[in-house]
Amino acid sequence: MKPFTYSRANEERAAVKEIAASKGAKFIAGGTNLLDLMKMNVMQPAHLVDITHLGMKAIEENQAGGLRLGALVTNADTAYHPLVEQRYPLLSHAILAGASAQLRNKATDGGNLLQRTRCDYFYDTQTACNKREPGTGCSAIKGYNRNLAILGTSEYCIATYPSDMAVALAALEAKVNVTGPDGDRVIPMGDFHRLPGDTPHIDTNLQENELITSIDLPAKGFADHYAYVKVRDRASYAFALVSVAAGLELDGDTIKEARVALGGVAQKPWRLPEAEAMLQGQQASKENFGKVAAAYLQGAKGYGDNDFKIELAKRAIVRALLLATEMEGKS
Amino acid sequence: MKDKLEKEKEAAQPRALPPKQTVTLTINGTERQLELEPWVSLLDMLREQLHLTGTKVGCNHGQCGACTILLDGKRINSCLTLAVMHDGAEITTIEGLAKDGELHPVQQGFIVHDAFQCGYCTPGQICSVVGLVSEGKARTLDDIRDLMSGNICRCGAYNNIVKVVQEELERSKAQ
Amino acid sequence: MSTNQIGKPTNRVDGRAKVTGEAKYAAEFHVPDLAHGVVVNSAIAKGKIKKIDTSKAMAVEGVFKVITHENRKDYACYDKDFKDMDAPPGSPFRPLYNGNILFNMQPVALVVAETLELARYAATLVEVAYEEEAHETDFEANRGEAYVPEKYNSTTPPKPWGNPEEALAKADVKVEVEYAHPTEHHNPMEMHATVAVWEENGKLTVYDKIQGVENTLQYITSSFGLPKEKVHVLSPFVGGAFGSGLRPQYQSFLAVLAALELKRPVRVMLTRPQMFSFGHRPRTTQRFALGASKDGKLEALIQDVFAETSTFEDYSEDVVIWPGLLYKCDNMKFSHKLVALDEYTPLDMRAPGGTTGIFALESAVDELAYKLGMDPLVFRLKNYTDKDQNNDLPFSSKELRACYIQGAEKFGWEQRSKEPRSMRNGHQLVGWGVAHGAWEAQQAKASAKAVLTTDGKLTISSATADIGTGTYTVMTQIAAETLGLPLEDVTFKLGDTSLPFAPLEGGSKTVSTVGSAVKKVCEKIGEKLLRLAQQQANSPLKDAELKDVTFTDGRLHLKSDTAKAVSFKEIMQLGQREQLEEEVSSKPSEEQKKFARFAHSVAFVEVKVDEDLGAIQVSRIVTAIAGGRIINPKTAKSQIMGAAVWGIGVALEEESVMDNNYGRFMNHDLEKYHVPVNADVHDIDVIFVEEQDTIVNALGAKGLGEIGIVSIAPAIVNAVFHATGKRIRHLPIKLDKLL
Repeated sequence: MKPFTYSRANEERAAVKEIAASKGAKFIAGGTNLLDLMKMNVMQPAHLVDITHLGMKAIEENQAGGLRLGALVTNADTAYHPLVEQRYPLLSHAILAGASAQLRNKATDGGNLLQRTRCDYFYDTQTACNKREPGTGCSAIKGYNRNLAILGTSEYCIATYPSDMAVALAALEAKVNVTGPDGDRVIPMGDFHRLPGDTPHIDTNLQENELITSIDLPAKGFADHYAYVKVRDRASYAFALVSVAAGLELDGDTIKEARVALGGVAQKPWRLPEAEAMLQGQQASKENFGKVAAAYLQGAKGYGDNDFKIELAKRAIVRALLLATEMEGKS
Repeated sequence: MKDKLEKEKEAAQPRALPPKQTVTLTINGTERQLELEPWVSLLDMLREQLHLTGTKVGCNHGQCGACTILLDGKRINSCLTLAVMHDGAEITTIEGLAKDGELHPVQQGFIVHDAFQCGYCTPGQICSVVGLVSEGKARTLDDIRDLMSGNICRCGAYNNIVKVVQEELERSKAQ
Repeated sequence: MSTNQIGKPTNRVDGRAKVTGEAKYAAEFHVPDLAHGVVVNSAIAKGKIKKIDTSKAMAVEGVFKVITHENRKDYACYDKDFKDMDAPPGSPFRPLYNGNILFNMQPVALVVAETLELARYAATLVEVAYEEEAHETDFEANRGEAYVPEKYNSTTPPKPWGNPEEALAKADVKVEVEYAHPTEHHNPMEMHATVAVWEENGKLTVYDKIQGVENTLQYITSSFGLPKEKVHVLSPFVGGAFGSGLRPQYQSFLAVLAALELKRPVRVMLTRPQMFSFGHRPRTTQRFALGASKDGKLEALIQDVFAETSTFEDYSEDVVIWPGLLYKCDNMKFSHKLVALDEYTPLDMRAPGGTTGIFALESAVDELAYKLGMDPLVFRLKNYTDKDQNNDLPFSSKELRACYIQGAEKFGWEQRSKEPRSMRNGHQLVGWGVAHGAWEAQQAKASAKAVLTTDGKLTISSATADIGTGTYTVMTQIAAETLGLPLEDVTFKLGDTSLPFAPLEGGSKTVSTVGSAVKKVCEKIGEKLLRLAQQQANSPLKDAELKDVTFTDGRLHLKSDTAKAVSFKEIMQLGQREQLEEEVSSKPSEEQKKFARFAHSVAFVEVKVDEDLGAIQVSRIVTAIAGGRIINPKTAKSQIMGAAVWGIGVALEEESVMDNNYGRFMNHDLEKYHVPVNADVHDIDVIFVEEQDTIVNALGAKGLGEIGIVSIAPAIVNAVFHATGKRIRHLPIKLDKLL
C-alpha cells in the first residue's frame, strides 16, 4: 500500500470541497473494496476523506412512496430492514446472496455501487490491464476469463461489475442521488455504470468529485412475485457466474409487468426493457420466459472459458421467472 | 479522463509518509490510546502494535474471515478497515471473550465439539459465532451454514462448528 | 480411574490455548526491535534479471535494507547444502542466489523495514527489469517431452505382471479413458511465516511454520554454514500445512538471511498470493485401460501417468501403486513420466499421489462396472485382493470388507436405483456413488524423552509437530495410559529442536512413529519405577516382573493384588530421586517388512445436481475407515470429516489456473481459488470399523491424516455420473461441465 493522508469529514459540502481540492483523493466509507485494492496497489489514492460521520445512515420513505436508502447504510442493515424485507424482498435477497456476513456489516450501499471488477488481471499489477492502466492491453481476452463478461464487452476490456445488490436495484429501477461541486443530481441505475468501450478505466458516470448520498427505490417493489437467482462456483461467499433479479406483476397467469436484470455478465447490471416488454400481456410460461431469455443473450459473446455463461444465463433467467411466478418452489 | 490518468501516474511515485494520528479505542474493556499512521489496518494494529495476536491474518483481503472481530458488537473483517477510522469504538477480540478466566460458552463449545484442528481460523470463527447469535437472523440449519460461510476453515471442521452455533442459539433463546 | 486413556474421545489438550488466542503461531513471536521483511516476486516465468533498482525503496525512511542477489551475503553454493529432508532429486531452488528466473513469482528481493506497512510500501518501489525468455508452462503442449526420471522420490512404479496387453485385447468389456487432475495449492489458513532472532552471541532462534523443526534446522545450518548448536528452531503451533510445511519455504531462508545480515530479529510472512509461489499438488493426467470378463472379473489394467514437475527437481508421488493394492488382477502394468515445466517444484499435498491416483482408478472402475451392468460395490467385492500384488505381500490387516458392509448399511446403498439419471427431487437430479481407497501405514524412527518428577507430573517430549492433527492430545493420552496417570498430570512438548529427534509430520505416520517412541519411553520409566520400588526393604512388589504390575492413578500395583501398591511419589521419595528421566529411540520392527501395511476407506456419497444450472451439492457422505486402533475417536473423527471436506474441494472446486501467456497462476487468492465453505458441507457420517493389527506398530494404530480424503472425490465423481449420466474426467467438476 502507498502512503496516504487521512481526514474525517463532518459535513457533506465540506467533504465534496475537500475531495475536489486534493489531488488523488478518494472518499472512504466501508472500505471493504477500496482498501482491498489499495493493498494490492491497484488503487493508490494520496488522500482519503472518511465520510462515515456524515449521517446518510437512515432508511426512510421518500416522496414517491418508495424508500430512500442512505448511502452509508450498511448492506446488512439494508437487507434486514423491516421495510426492505416487506416491500423489496428482491433487494434483501440479492444483498444476502453477496459477500459474507462480516463484509455486509461493513460495506455500505453507496460503496456497493462503486465496487470494482474482480477480474484476476485487474488485481494483479504484474499483468496488463486496460482498466487498471489504460493502454497496457487486456490480458483476459486471451487469458483466463471464466468469470468475465459476455455482454457489452469491447476489445479493450471484458470485466464484469460484481455486485449482487445492484442487480436488484437495476431491476427495481432505483435512482442514485449524488452531490458534487456543481450541486445535486439524480442518476437512474440504468445509467450509473458504464460499459468499457475504449475507456474501460472509468466504471461509472459518477463524476470525479461527486458523492453518492442516497438511493431511491420507487414505490413498486414486486414483493409478491420476485426471485434472485445466483449461480456460483460454491454455495456461499463467491461472486456470481451469472445472477438474475426478476420481478413480475401478475394478473392471474397474465403478466402485467416484468423486470429482469442480469449480474455477472457485463460491466453493469444488464437490463433490456424491450425484452421485458415482450412479456407484457403474455402468459407466464416457460416458453415465453425462454423467448425473453434468448432476447437477453442475443449478441452475447464468449471468450473461451466463459462461453458457457451464455447458455447458463438463459437458463437462469427462465429459472428466475419461474420462481417469481411461483411455478417452482423457491429454493 | 486525462486528468484522472495523470493523477494516477503521480500517485505511483514515492510519497512522503503521513504523520501519525491519535486514536482512542476501547479494546476488550480497556481504553487504549495509540499514535497511528492512517495506513495501519485495525488488524495490524491489534497484532503488531498491541500484540493481540489472537486475531489472525489469513488473507488480508476479506476472503477468509480469520481476522473477524466484534466492532461495536458487530462482526467485521478487521483486515479491511483502517484503525484511524474507529476513534472511540469498542472492540472485542478473542482475548476479550473469557471473563475472569472463565471461557465464553462459545469457546467452551468449540473445545467440547472439537470445532477446530489447527486452530488458526478459530478465533475468527468464535467471534463470528458470537456476532451471528446477536444478529438473530439464523433460523435454520441452512441459515447457519450460509451465515458462517465468511469464515473459511481449511481443516474442514464445519459440521462441528455448526453444532456449537446450534447450541449457542438454543442457549441464547433460553435466556 | 486414569487408565484406558487410549480410545477415549478426549478434548484436545491444546484446546484452551486455541480458543483463547493464546496459542502462538510462527509470526506471532514478538521480540524487541523486530524488523519486518516483505518479499518482492518476479513478474516473469523465465529469463534473467537485467537490472534491479532498489534506490527508491531504500530512500524511504525506516527501510533498513533491500536484499537482492546482487548484494546478499555469501552462503553455500552446492546443491547438497540446500537439500532439505524432503527434497526430491535435483537441484533445489536457492532464493536470491543469482539473477536467473526459474518460475513466475520467484522471490527476487526482500525489503526489510521498521514496520510492516513501510516494508510493504517499499516493496512496491523496487524496480526490476528482465530479459525475458520463452517459458514452457503448458502441460498438455509439453506432454510429448515427458520422461522417466533417473530416480523417483516416490515409490518406483511396480514392475508389470502377467500379460496386460494380451489380456486387455481378449477382455469382454473394456474401458480406455484419460483423466486429468489439476494443479492445487495447499492454502493452509496460516500463511507461511518465519521469525529469525539473531542474538549478540551469534545464536539464532528461528520460529518457523514447518511440519518438523529438524528440517528447518538442517536446511538453515547447511545452507548458511552455521553450527547446529547455534541454531534453535521452534514451531509450537502450526496453522495447518497439509504438506506445504514439509520443506522450509523461501520465507524461512530469507528471514534468516536478513537476520544474519542486519544482526537483528527479522520476520517474513508471505502474503496469500505468495502462497501460490511455491509447491503444489502437480497437475496429473492418467490413461487407464481396463478389461473385464462378462461376469465382472478384472482381467487387465494399464495405468500411464504424466505429472508435472519443475525444470530443476524431479518430483514424483505414488500415483501408480493403488491398483495393485485395491484390485485382484493377474495382468497389470504401470508407467509414471514427468513433464518438466517452468514452475516451482510440486510438493506433497494431503495424500499425495493417492488423491490423484485413486480418483482416476475409482472413476475408471466405476465406468467399467456400469458397462458391465454391475453394482459398483459388487464389482469391488468380486475383485477384492487379500494381497499387495505390487510386492507380493500379505496385508498386516485389511478390514475393507467391514467398511463396505457398515458403510453401505448406514448409507442405505441397497436402495440404490441402478440406472443413471433415475432419481430426482424437483429440478434436482440425485445420484449415489461409491469409491474406496488406501493409504500407507508407515512407521519411521523417532526418539522421545520422559521426565517424571516427585509431584507425579510427567513431561514427555519429542521434536515432532502438531499441524492440527492432534499430536499434543494423542501423545498425552498414550503416555497417560502407559503410566496410568491422569491426563492433567501429563504434558507433551513438541516443535523444538532441543527435544529428541522426530521426523517430519507427514504421510500419516506421526501416531505410529512418535506414539511408539512415547509408549516405549513411558515403559522404560515404568521399569525404572519398579526397579526403584524393589530396592526398598519390604517392598510389596519385591519379586514382581514388569508383566505382573499395573500402573494406575499414579500408583504401581500387582495385577494379582491391587492392595499391593505403592505410589510413584513414595517410590521416588524413598529412593531419594528428584526425578526419573529416560530417552529412547524406536524404529519399525523387522517383522513389518513381511507385510503390506495400509489403512483403508470407503465413501458413499449422495449428490444433488441442479438439472438446468449444473450446481452440485454434496448432500450426504458416509465414510467408513479401517485405520487400526483409534487413539482418540473425537480428534480422529474430526480428521476424517475434514478430509471429506477436502474431498469436496478436490472434486468440485479446487484448481490453480495457469495463464500460459504469463506462465503464472492467476487465481492466486482465496476469493478466486475456491476451497469449500461452511455452506458447501452437509451430512458427513464417519464410521471406524474394528481393526486389530499387531504388526503395524506397538500401538496398532495406522494414522488417519490422509486415508479420509482419497475415496471422497471419486465417490463424488461417480455420484455425479449416477445423477446426470455425464462422466466428468477432468477435475474439478465445475458446473459448466454439466450444462
